[in-house]
Amino acid sequence: MEQETVIPEDIDEKKLENLVQFLSFTLGDEEYGVDILSVQEIRSWEPVSRIPNVPSYEKGVVNLRGAIVPIIDLRERFNLGHSEYTSLTVVVVLQAILNGQSRTMGVVVDSVSDVIHVDKHTIQSAPDFGTKVSTEFINGLASVNQRMLMLLDVEKLLKLDGVDDIDTHDEEY
Amino acid sequence: MSIDMAQFHQVFFEESFEGLDIMESGLLNLDMGDVDSETINTIFRAAHSIKGGSGTFGFSSVANFTHVMETLLDEMRDGRRQVTQSAVDVLLGSVDCLREMMTAIQDESEVDEARVAEHKQALETELNGSETPVVKEDSTIAPEPSSSIPSNDEPTISGWKISFCPHTDLLKTGNDPVRMFRELAELGDLEVIVDFQGVPTLFELDPEECHLSWTLILKGDVARESIDDIFDWVEDECDLSVQSLSAAQSGIDEAATATTALETQAPIEAPKNSPSASTTEQSETPAPVKTPSKDKGASKAKPPAAKASGSIRVDTGKIDTLINMVGELVITQSMLSLVGEHFSLDKLDQLKNGLTQLERHTRELQESVMNIRMLPISFVFSRFPRLVHDLSNKLDKKIELKLVGEHTEVDKTVVELISDPLVHLVRNSLDHGIEMPADRLAAGKPETGTVTLEAYHRGGNIVIEVKDDGKGLNKDMLRQKAIEKGLIDEGTVLTDKQCYELIFMAGFSTAEAVTDVSGRGVGMDVVRRNIQSLGGNIEIISELGVGSTMAIHLPLTLAILDGQSIAVGDETYIVPLGSIIESINITDDMVNRVAGKGETFRLRDEYLPIVRMHDIFHVESAKAVNLIEGLIVVVEGQGVRCGLFVDDLLGQQQVVIKSLEANYRCVEGVSSATILGDGSVGLILDIPGLVRLSNQ
Repeated sequence: MEQETVIPEDIDEKKLENLVQFLSFTLGDEEYGVDILSVQEIRSWEPVSRIPNVPSYEKGVVNLRGAIVPIIDLRERFNLGHSEYTSLTVVVVLQAILNGQSRTMGVVVDSVSDVIHVDKHTIQSAPDFGTKVSTEFINGLASVNQRMLMLLDVEKLLKLDGVDDIDTHDEEY
Repeated sequence: MSIDMAQFHQVFFEESFEGLDIMESGLLNLDMGDVDSETINTIFRAAHSIKGGSGTFGFSSVANFTHVMETLLDEMRDGRRQVTQSAVDVLLGSVDCLREMMTAIQDESEVDEARVAEHKQALETELNGSETPVVKEDSTIAPEPSSSIPSNDEPTISGWKISFCPHTDLLKTGNDPVRMFRELAELGDLEVIVDFQGVPTLFELDPEECHLSWTLILKGDVARESIDDIFDWVEDECDLSVQSLSAAQSGIDEAATATTALETQAPIEAPKNSPSASTTEQSETPAPVKTPSKDKGASKAKPPAAKASGSIRVDTGKIDTLINMVGELVITQSMLSLVGEHFSLDKLDQLKNGLTQLERHTRELQESVMNIRMLPISFVFSRFPRLVHDLSNKLDKKIELKLVGEHTEVDKTVVELISDPLVHLVRNSLDHGIEMPADRLAAGKPETGTVTLEAYHRGGNIVIEVKDDGKGLNKDMLRQKAIEKGLIDEGTVLTDKQCYELIFMAGFSTAEAVTDVSGRGVGMDVVRRNIQSLGGNIEIISELGVGSTMAIHLPLTLAILDGQSIAVGDETYIVPLGSIIESINITDDMVNRVAGKGETFRLRDEYLPIVRMHDIFHVESAKAVNLIEGLIVVVEGQGVRCGLFVDDLLGQQQVVIKSLEANYRCVEGVSSATILGDGSVGLILDIPGLVRLSNQ
């Protein structure tokens, strides 16, 4: 927290400059956050069209105003078990630029909590647990009201196994 | 101002490229012996528009270059010059050069000055070399906007330019310049430009001193003596110079106002210097060959980016139809909302009528919108006369090109993507297909070979054929070659069709030697891949000694597909209607098992593998597990046939193809997705992919 010791006179300016907004949501007992600028919209769960022969966390695709958008279950993606989908289940539609192309994807989360302002300097890098716990999607940790918020890397999240590694491979040739 | 002009640049480029195409086709149509003046006029007009346009937009290098072409064409048009093959070739080369210049300007990259200078040189040699060298060297400097308007009075204006600088004491001697000017005005059309730069400030000004000087332009047939007479009295009290107008043509602008003179001069001089500079450079350095080829590579890499955002030119008729359609739709909509406002059961018939109309109009609207994307195939075909002309010269073969069905309309995407494969096929036909004239005569064929490009509709497909009456494909040679290259084993038995298919294998080339036209063996596999990426296929028909035909089958449009919905459990999939052969119920005795596992069934003397949809897509809710309970849909894709085992057939419908890969991934056995009537997503099946999947 020593980074928070800023020079008093320009505290407001500095703070505004360094504030980043995150949308926080919960998966079980854990709280996560994504950069709010990558959130396109928040929808309620609706049945998807299943895609055959893909990992189970890739739930299927939906029609989002004419675009075909895949839906990913984040609990299953992070190995947090499986949850029942109800009408209260929330889908956060995220957007990012991958390999120069805009990519949209929906992620299923338990519930959306809040929009949180975080000072850039207070973000801590993700701890390394070795291979025991995978932290590949976590960009950093922030503390909000004594709770820990795990900030997700949207670009990495939107990369699908077996698709984007192939893409980058192709580009090399 | 510059921003305002920039928005017209795109239109200018489009029109110029069109103009270049017109010039090219016109030049190719020129018959040496009997020249059609209308054709030359057309070429001339195109060149003139490009010159005018480029001048207006400040592309002075293009304007200068076109001007030389125009001069040559003008002489041909007036009959002062014979139309020779060499002149036509030089002009064709210049058209290419102009196109490169335009592309370079469009991409904001460097114009290849050396190449431009070279072509300009060739044009000028052509201009000067022949019997009528009536070239006005000065005329090359005319890129001002005014030159785009064909003004006839420009060349000879008789008259005088008088610069009159009286000494300060002129007035004291009792001479009045005004009186003199009045006298001058009586002689002809007088224009007076005053220079008051020498006038001092008001405090220093002596009203009896003259500080002004004048430039006078006197137009008309006036003798020098009469001017001298007028100035006779003041000769000693002023600096006077009298020049004839034609000699001082450029001086007028200078005098007009200092600022405009500066503006017009800059663009005139800059391009004049640079080409000449690079010409000398070229003669000094012996190896400028590398730079052009390098630049070519660079410019080749760029165009796709420019093309991607490309616009489309639509026939006004199509737009009118569309507007009519929208009008109808609006009427139907208002009728329906009227019914809906005060709805009672007795209006049910009205509602049904309205809905039927709505359905019809929507369909028609959809069709006409799709129609906008359709372009005649002549957009692709038009480049071939030139290609054949150039190549047949290069190869010393006599070849005639026939174009059939140029008006057949295809999707814009197809037009864009098919042209490279087609060029490749035509080059192949010219290089490998058609024999040398002597060989042809020996084989009892006419000396001139024929290559036919034909396009026509068949069913939901468009077929493009490249046909030649050359030597045809030699099956034994193909086979031998494939064995040599290790592509197939010695003992492999191949049908005729499979033999021909060998040429599509990577690393296969039958040319004895690699020429710069073809024979590197990288082409045909790329051709086939490109065509397959468009959802089409290519077929070869050939007879030794008679000729060969390459037929490309392509779907009419890439955005909409006629589909058959099938049900597997709770899930709905779409099978492209074109790939369905038939649907049958099968009984147990029709099924055979290969090695106890792979299921096949017998359909009219043919054993086809059964692909169980619920198995390979892991559908748990499938109703039919036993083969008797469901249906077999016999499908074909890329030469592979199989029977899809499904629960039920649902219905036929047109579906809009949506990419699955845009946001997601490529899924084996699925080509793309669509949105079904209830708003959910349906997957469109990829038959060859399904077969591959079932074999795993």
